[in-house]
Amino acid sequence: MNFILHIWRQENPQDAGGFKTYTLDNVAADSSFLEMLDQLNEQLIQAGETAIVFDYDCREGICGACSLVINGYVHGKQQRTTTCQLYMREYADEKELWIEPWRASAFPVVQDLTVDRTAFDRIIQAGGFVEVSTGSAPEANTLLVDKHSADEAFNSATCIGCGACVAVCPNASASLFVAAKVGHLSYLPQGAITAKDRALKMTRAMFKEGFGVCSNHRHCQTQCPKSISVSNIALMNKLLSWS
Amino acid sequence: MLGSRPTFEPTGPLQDRWKKHLFDLSLIAPQNRAKHKIIVVGTGLAGASLSATLGEMGYQVSSFCFQDSPRRAHSIAAQGGINAAKNYRNDGDSVWRLFYDTIKGGDFRARESNVYRLAELSVNIIDQAVAQGVPFAREYSGYLANRSFGGAQVSRTFYARGQTGQQLLLGAYQAMSTQIAKGGVSHHSRSEMLEIIKVDGRARGIVVRDLVSGKISAHTADCVVLCTGGYGNAFYLSTNAKGCNASATWRAHKHGAYFANPSFTQIHPTCIPQSGEAQSKLTLMSESLRNDGRIWAPKNIKDCERDPSTIKEGERDYFLERLYPAFANLVPRDIASRAVKNICDEGRGVGAKIHGQCRGVYLDFADAIKRLGERAIREKYGNLFEMYQRITGDNPYRMPMKIYPAVHYTMGGLWVDYNLMTTIDGLFAGGEANFSDHGANRLGASALMQGLADGYFILPQTVANYLAKEEFDNIDKHSAVSEGLSRAKQRLNALQNAPKPKHSPDYFHQKLGFILWESCGMSREKAKLRQAVKEIKDLKNEFWHSVKVTGIDKEMNQTLERAGRVADFIELGHLMCVDALDREESCGCHARVEHLSKAGEAQRNDEDYAYVSSWESQDGGFILHKEFLSFEFIQPTIRNYR
Ligand SMILES: Cc1cc2nc3c(=O)[nH]c(=O)nc-3n(C[C@H](O)[C@H](O)[C@H](O)COP(=O)(O)OP(=O)(O)OC[C@H]3O[C@@H](n4cnc5c(N)ncnc54)[C@H](O)[C@@H]3O)c2cc1C
Ligand code: FES
Repeated sequence: MNFILHIWRQENPQDAGGFKTYTLDNVAADSSFLEMLDQLNEQLIQAGETAIVFDYDCREGICGACSLVINGYVHGKQQRTTTCQLYMREYADEKELWIEPWRASAFPVVQDLTVDRTAFDRIIQAGGFVEVSTGSAPEANTLLVDKHSADEAFNSATCIGCGACVAVCPNASASLFVAAKVGHLSYLPQGAITAKDRALKMTRAMFKEGFGVCSNHRHCQTQCPKSISVSNIALMNKLLSWS
Repeated sequence: MLGSRPTFEPTGPLQDRWKKHLFDLSLIAPQNRAKHKIIVVGTGLAGASLSATLGEMGYQVSSFCFQDSPRRAHSIAAQGGINAAKNYRNDGDSVWRLFYDTIKGGDFRARESNVYRLAELSVNIIDQAVAQGVPFAREYSGYLANRSFGGAQVSRTFYARGQTGQQLLLGAYQAMSTQIAKGGVSHHSRSEMLEIIKVDGRARGIVVRDLVSGKISAHTADCVVLCTGGYGNAFYLSTNAKGCNASATWRAHKHGAYFANPSFTQIHPTCIPQSGEAQSKLTLMSESLRNDGRIWAPKNIKDCERDPSTIKEGERDYFLERLYPAFANLVPRDIASRAVKNICDEGRGVGAKIHGQCRGVYLDFADAIKRLGERAIREKYGNLFEMYQRITGDNPYRMPMKIYPAVHYTMGGLWVDYNLMTTIDGLFAGGEANFSDHGANRLGASALMQGLADGYFILPQTVANYLAKEEFDNIDKHSAVSEGLSRAKQRLNALQNAPKPKHSPDYFHQKLGFILWESCGMSREKAKLRQAVKEIKDLKNEFWHSVKVTGIDKEMNQTLERAGRVADFIELGHLMCVDALDREESCGCHARVEHLSKAGEAQRNDEDYAYVSSWESQDGGFILHKEFLSFEFIQPTIRNYR
């Protein structure tokens, strides 16, 4: 396959940045999307040009590092999929691709296609945990958790912190990210004790970082690679109204 | 003993060793802890759990990772589960059995005291994780669920669907976040350790490159702990995350830390085969697939290109069932991997041709679907089948999957004593970065256990013991600091200014990977290893002569990052081959063709090789130091799976 690629290049957060166009030929249908970019980078290095910077690590949809907007779609047009799990055969019908970073003021562009998502770390630091000193935990099976709650907690806990929910939200809200953690921990007895406090602290941190308020578009749920449900946001709002 | 260096292994009854040792370790009183600064490199299970625990105890911790968040460390990708000797299923499990299985699984190349301690601590890990809110799978009654994993005869594996590593890491990351918020831990993401700083023979700091600004800075402390993961990516293609690298441990090695058992690398049988030569990584398919899938290859080479559904029963070779009737498709990882390789070497492989050979065999669920129904298979393996289909474009409900072995884990790592301290005083290593517990072969679901045992329970105590015994003065103005900085800068400079820049770092990495895979992979032999050593030496010269790094070093430059990592992998690759050459036996993952029985079983040589090979770097060469292992509690036996 051959492609015309319009790729966002930006030297640093201050730079205005813009699309630059490249052509890339002989892309294998079985290449992953990121391998296609590797191939382009090899071509750039050969030509003596600076390679395009983009985030990745696991390349199997679990670390949450990869983060591209492709032809306007966050993580590409396929649902329940991270960018690294996209394969070029899905783009067999396309000739041109526009590739951009996440767009949100709380996620400033670092360089080219990478953004700064440390705001997510700070939100977790504000309260996204159960405090328990190492070594002080009781025997695990003294704490029973009904299977339904355990499953619900797990579903919320699968959030990979990629930030797609923010990138797709018209209001750049991080509500789904925050609510996923609030949900995960409050479904479990271990986390329920501090549930309200956690919801409040994390929400405050979210606003402080400059994320918007949830505006009920629900694009986040549709585009979330892990299908985290907006029902977590409802749960969070309930906790907030109590606190 | 390692030469004249004690291992500090306690003596006496195995069950009492760790308790006795804990009592003998020196302590630091709570009010004195804040005076000590500790550097922890890495935020995987080992690093994050350690930083969280040290922070909570009151030390000043500085932690580092190269990803943009500590939560993205490679541990996140572990799927299957974590072992613990809870014996919740009443199926005869015990600390002793887990200890026994781990020693035996490691083919008698690990230390009994360490492994027993690991088995003992396994139960505390589960308690800790549950209290943090790790959502392990549960029964309807509310109790924790378990499964049997990797051929174990007991159900001791705890799991959170296929994402156990993710959930355990988030637990540790959240615990670490608590401490960051409280100020005990200061964390640095997108930071890569380039050098170690040693003063008067003791590790006192590291040199770090800020991967965003390119700034090089020195960080000093009273001691340094490396929890920087394994080196499977030396092979270029592996199931590890792309960023996994050996630079931190290798830099430490170059400054005096011995590297142990470098050739012990685990190859996992069920991975999705390579689709082309431009592929960047391989994906693991859970081992559990072998419970219901049948592995086969065509009997005749001419059938290899045929549609598998048209190949009749009589034309298929279910080779694991044929060779190992007792265990059949469930033989251990190394045996399955080698059998698959042999079939492909005979030319009976299927799928894409890579370097002139089809590298794949079928993993077929047709019988299981017939027997149990598609629905049951979907329930059990639905997510794996979906992943397979997503990557390959093939539907495994209709067509057999194709699988091929891939590099997965490295048992080797920095040599550490019972306190997990390396041969450099004040430099510790935890998690996959050390060599300590898995011998020549790791059992499934044991790496997560080891990382967390090291981080939550062992290192916090042994590091304190070290700090309590030593005196530390301020070294910020010491010449070792400026020397470390200039070493790092010189190296970056050399990487960017090769005399005849021609090839990207990946070009060299792929070449190295190919050499290692062919000579130091699933089967090894003297002549090939010797040839590989020569080729790697040439590759090293070629690399420094013609590596091409574009862009500048004052900004994010992933090409430069890769170049530095590849340079280290090349040197480590050399040592892997040297180690494999030295070990004139087969054991665990290490299959020397010269030492396999007629039936293909590994022939261990306990008389001459029951040692940990521990290598020192000197003047571009390597010196071997042996730590002889003694087995007081378990008599070494020969594995037999026929
Ligand atoms: C696909 C897959 C599945 C697996 N499944 C299982 C399983 O089911 N059960 C099991 O027990 N084990 C499993 N394993 C093995 C297990 O996941 C790893 O061995 C373990 O997670 C390693 O943890 P760690 O803390 O030692 O290192 P890692 O998690 O690899 O963390 C390394 C850390 O070091 C940092 N780092 C590295 N180099 C530098 C540097 N130079 N400068 C700064 N920071 C650096 C990284 O940023 C990272 O934070 C699996 C492995 C793979 C590849
Ligand atoms: S690279 Fe890890 S989720 Fe995509």
